Amino acid sequence: MWEYTEKVKEHFLNPRNVGEIENPDGVAEVGSLACGDALKLTFKLDENKRIKDAKFKTFGCASAIASSSALTEIIKGMTVDEALKVSNKDIAQYLGGLPDEKMHCSVMGKQALEKAVENYRGAPALEAGAKIICECFGVTDKEIERAIRENNLSTVEDVTNYTKAGGGCGGCQDAIQQIIDRVKAEPKTDNKPKLTNIQKIRLIEETIEREIRPSLKQDGGDIEIIDIIGNRVIVAMRGACSTCKASEITLKDFVQHRLQELVSPDITVEEAAK
Amino acid sequence: MKTIYLDNNATTQVAQEVLDVMMPYFRDLYGNPSSMHTFGGQVGQRIRAAREQVAALLGALPEEIVFTSCGTESDNSAIRSALATRPDKKHIVISRVEHPAVRTLCSHLGMQGYKITELPVDKNGILDLENLEKSLTPDTAIVSLMWGNNETGVLFPVEAAAMMAHEKGILFHTDAVQATGKIPINMKNNVIDMLSISGHKLHAPKGIGVLYIRRGTKFSPFLIGGHQEKERRGGTENTPSIIGLGKACELAAKNMAQENTNVKKLRDKLEKELLKKIPQSRVNGDVENRLPNTTNISFEFVEGEAILLLMNELGICASSGSACTSGSLQPSHVLRAMGVPFTMAHGSIRFSLSIYNTEEEVDFVIEKMPPIIERLRGMSPFWNQKEQACTNQ
Repeated sequence: MWEYTEKVKEHFLNPRNVGEIENPDGVAEVGSLACGDALKLTFKLDENKRIKDAKFKTFGCASAIASSSALTEIIKGMTVDEALKVSNKDIAQYLGGLPDEKMHCSVMGKQALEKAVENYRGAPALEAGAKIICECFGVTDKEIERAIRENNLSTVEDVTNYTKAGGGCGGCQDAIQQIIDRVKAEPKTDNKPKLTNIQKIRLIEETIEREIRPSLKQDGGDIEIIDIIGNRVIVAMRGACSTCKASEITLKDFVQHRLQELVSPDITVEEAAK
Repeated sequence: MKTIYLDNNATTQVAQEVLDVMMPYFRDLYGNPSSMHTFGGQVGQRIRAAREQVAALLGALPEEIVFTSCGTESDNSAIRSALATRPDKKHIVISRVEHPAVRTLCSHLGMQGYKITELPVDKNGILDLENLEKSLTPDTAIVSLMWGNNETGVLFPVEAAAMMAHEKGILFHTDAVQATGKIPINMKNNVIDMLSISGHKLHAPKGIGVLYIRRGTKFSPFLIGGHQEKERRGGTENTPSIIGLGKACELAAKNMAQENTNVKKLRDKLEKELLKKIPQSRVNGDVENRLPNTTNISFEFVEGEAILLLMNELGICASSGSACTSGSLQPSHVLRAMGVPFTMAHGSIRFSLSIYNTEEEVDFVIEKMPPIIERLRGMSPFWNQKEQACTNQ
């Protein structure tokens, strides 16, 4: 038995906006009978180009029906551009969460929305340069990449839960793993602006103050910045940390890891000679 | 809300008579049957009686009955024993519709170097014995085929299959977890070497099973420990459950006729009326050759989990072969092996009855199912459209 939230159950038992709009501005069908779930989404805009009405027809399980119902509720009143910013996570959150194995239901909602907008704009149905990876469920590399990025997925199983890719014959699981490896290998700072040295030093100080010191203090320890040379951060461990046998691990796995994550992946942390 | 339980292939309620005979053995008569004192020894006597009751249901000898913890343990023990006692043989024959207790075990054995043949079934779930004959090789250690299928109820000709295996000196095991208590089984009239039973499918509690091992069959135990079960299964006996299972087998023998008349009649009524009232529905599996309590019906263009949850709102319990109920993305392996179209497989519902179901309950389900299917079809983009999109079958 699935552990559905009350909100999922409520939207399944009393789905909003079931049906099809006649002469819609945008329409899309995603999924198929063979895949086990499918969604037909239609929407109509008002004179201000806001979504006046949205309706769905869904073949699928309770979470697929609830996700479709949630989607139509969320996008009503939005402009098309605003609607496009709705992610599968937003749909799942609206429902108070979905079981991991059912996240693909929220992704299906997102896909339908994008396709319906494409239909409205007359844009091509398949994303430019997208290639089908999972033949069984018709999932493209772009869709898999996006699911990995937006939901921070790390295993093939995660990808299957979110996109269905790899859940049929399993023939594409190696290809999915390659996409995961590729996305994970991308430098995370791509969209972060380059920092000047002064900015970087300030960010390191702030990060230690806000993210690192409070945790160390909880265990009776502390940390002090001795020097910052390029990407080398030289620190001294204080309090309980200075005598703790695990302080080397704290330094690399916690302090360095957080700084790499929040400041720059090139940062290394060293302990000053005692 | 009243519960209408039509999921008896999943598990059954413990019969009151069974519970009654079990109760003293939890607190008052808690002795260890292996003990020298009378306090324990009297429990040993009671276990002997239970063993005789189980043997009587199967037409077996009491010494051929080994108590285990569940059907899965029995299946695992049988197949592993066959491989251990025939170490030179590396081939196993099963079918594509076996229970996971056999299928998953065999896929693990496959990774350890054993060769596994999975025999196909036809669109009605029927096994072709010619295929079995062709699959047997001098390297085959064991053939394991289920007697009654848990999802469709379809029966395999296991007695004929066992003869075929025997002619080539191959061991034969059957998972009779669903068949036991529902159809007559007489081990005197066949050559099956090993047979698995699960207590909770026939109104005994969960956590008790049986492996029948024909006298003279070489056996290598799965659980090694004390001398219990004549050293064929170590571990202190689950005395209350063994005694309960004995009673359940006695009741099953008594109720066998009822199972095949009343229960069958209710099942047939349910099936006939649902097919009549709900368009685009059909039965999965051979309707002649199956367990008397099971029907597996597909409702096209709707999804099984959604059907089950709406039934649940009314207190009706059943199962589905849809992908969404299992968490996998493929519908039931049994329905796929039968080549049931995906459009049908996703909307399949299994109803499995017991002697405790009443005609009122069946009438209630007959009344409530059509609006449930209609409601979901009203939401389905495929209804009235009947378009089949992907064709990855």
